[in-house]
Amino acid sequence: MIRTLKFVLFLACLGPLAYLLYGFFGRTPFDMTSWGQGLGANPIEKITHTTGDWTLWFLLITLSITPARNLLHLPSLIKFRRMIGLFAFFYGCLHLLTYVWLDKFFNVHEMLADIAKRKFITIGLTALVLMIPLAITSTSGWIRRLGGKRWQALHRLIYFSAICGVIHYLWLVKADIRKPVEDGIILGALLAYRVVIWALGAYKRRPRLASVAPRAAVEQGQ
Amino acid sequence: MLIKKADDIPSSEITPKSLYLNRRKFLVAAGLAGAAAAAAKGILDIASPERAYAEEKIPNLQKSPFSTNEKITPEQTVANYNNYYEFSTEKDEPAKLATKFRTHPWKVKIEGDVSKKQEWDIDSILKFAPAEERIYRHRCVEGWSIVVPWIGFSLSELIKRADPLGKAKFVEFTTILDPSQMPGQTRNVLDWPYVEGLRMDEAMHPLTLLCFGMYGTTLPNQDGAPLRLVVPWKYGFKSAKAIVRIKFTEKQPVNTWNRSAPNEYGFYSNVNPNVDHPRWSQKTERRLGEFLKRPTLMFNGYDQVASLYSGMDLKKYF
Repeated sequence: MIRTLKFVLFLACLGPLAYLLYGFFGRTPFDMTSWGQGLGANPIEKITHTTGDWTLWFLLITLSITPARNLLHLPSLIKFRRMIGLFAFFYGCLHLLTYVWLDKFFNVHEMLADIAKRKFITIGLTALVLMIPLAITSTSGWIRRLGGKRWQALHRLIYFSAICGVIHYLWLVKADIRKPVEDGIILGALLAYRVVIWALGAYKRRPRLASVAPRAAVEQGQ
Repeated sequence: MLIKKADDIPSSEITPKSLYLNRRKFLVAAGLAGAAAAAAKGILDIASPERAYAEEKIPNLQKSPFSTNEKITPEQTVANYNNYYEFSTEKDEPAKLATKFRTHPWKVKIEGDVSKKQEWDIDSILKFAPAEERIYRHRCVEGWSIVVPWIGFSLSELIKRADPLGKAKFVEFTTILDPSQMPGQTRNVLDWPYVEGLRMDEAMHPLTLLCFGMYGTTLPNQDGAPLRLVVPWKYGFKSAKAIVRIKFTEKQPVNTWNRSAPNEYGFYSNVNPNVDHPRWSQKTERRLGEFLKRPTLMFNGYDQVASLYSGMDLKKYF
């Protein structure tokens, strides 16, 4: 059952890519002059925005697995998290490739200038770079090698990657901040959930010593 | 006890057993077909957006020496890729949202430092001078460009008739404010109504076009009907759309984008590959329909306006 669902999910996650490929090559894939027409007047902008949107959305879906498991009592959802996380990385790579290939056409000089001067590029690249160690250590072998605790600590990098992703989007738009703000609110809620769980745990684990401190010590003003 | 004899059913109406047993399969197939049809329609909509506006042909167009002989961008592109925040911040939306926008009747107020404040009807404005077709390059501040056969005449024809006073140094253009027709104006993305401005010598320059048509017809609503500005050596946002007020002033007007982000959008906003937008480079541009970017030209290639800015630091007055 899980295997079937995973396969279906895998195909679904390829949906945005399929949409872009169909839009780009359209019904006449062998007619080069028609390429891109299905994606509107500025196909490269469309590809950039679509891959960027989905990178962020896949990150948000990955981050919603844990709350969904707990709140919906569906612990088996964890089985899908790695795949969705890796798809976030996949679309992030496509997003970068679009920039490097279609936007800058491998002009290294211009790209370096961009990274140094344009803070939205710098932070976007940071978001993607932060995902690299997570993608590498996503295998069961790496979880074993690192040990659960350390692996989990490392994978908290996803919080910073997602935050950088939202800021990247926010710094990019001209005047209408609605969409990045929407993504930011969702991310904020997902992170707030973790803070609340952590705080509740800390409260339950709080040291009780203070309440049983020797009365004498208090009375002596220590 | 009365036992009724069951009515006879003609054997032709009896469902064959194989079909009966397959009825679930049939329902699934029908469902899938429906879903596929819906999906296909969605994809087709993406593939070929329809023209949903009605323009009138403009007869007796005069050719203009200002026209470029570069390849004209397809009308389909120009009419479906619009930065028109009064309708939407998505570029493919204005074409859909502006179909019912009313462009008649339309009046333009002439105000400020003029010998006589007045209101002109669009139909009388269009008779001020013969309609010319001018094929201009159009460069957006976002880094894309198009080549458009606009229709109109020099703005100076209107300014002469407005008869500004000697103290008038600037011209301010205001776009219509009507949230009931322009859904984008119900959101505070920009400070509505949209205001743009030109220095008087820029406004009087023969290249500055008072525009009411493109591609041989009146303007589509999403491209600024019924009356807009086209200032080809400046970034696109300087060319105000759907103008209802032209005001002559002594003081430099505060244009909407400048008010929104003063460090990013100046009053002049001349196309200039040497002055980057704070967040992106302006050295190159993507001509819609082309794969590789091309270098951006100073004043968008309209060198004849350079003398307007002689002695000015264009990095400071960006």
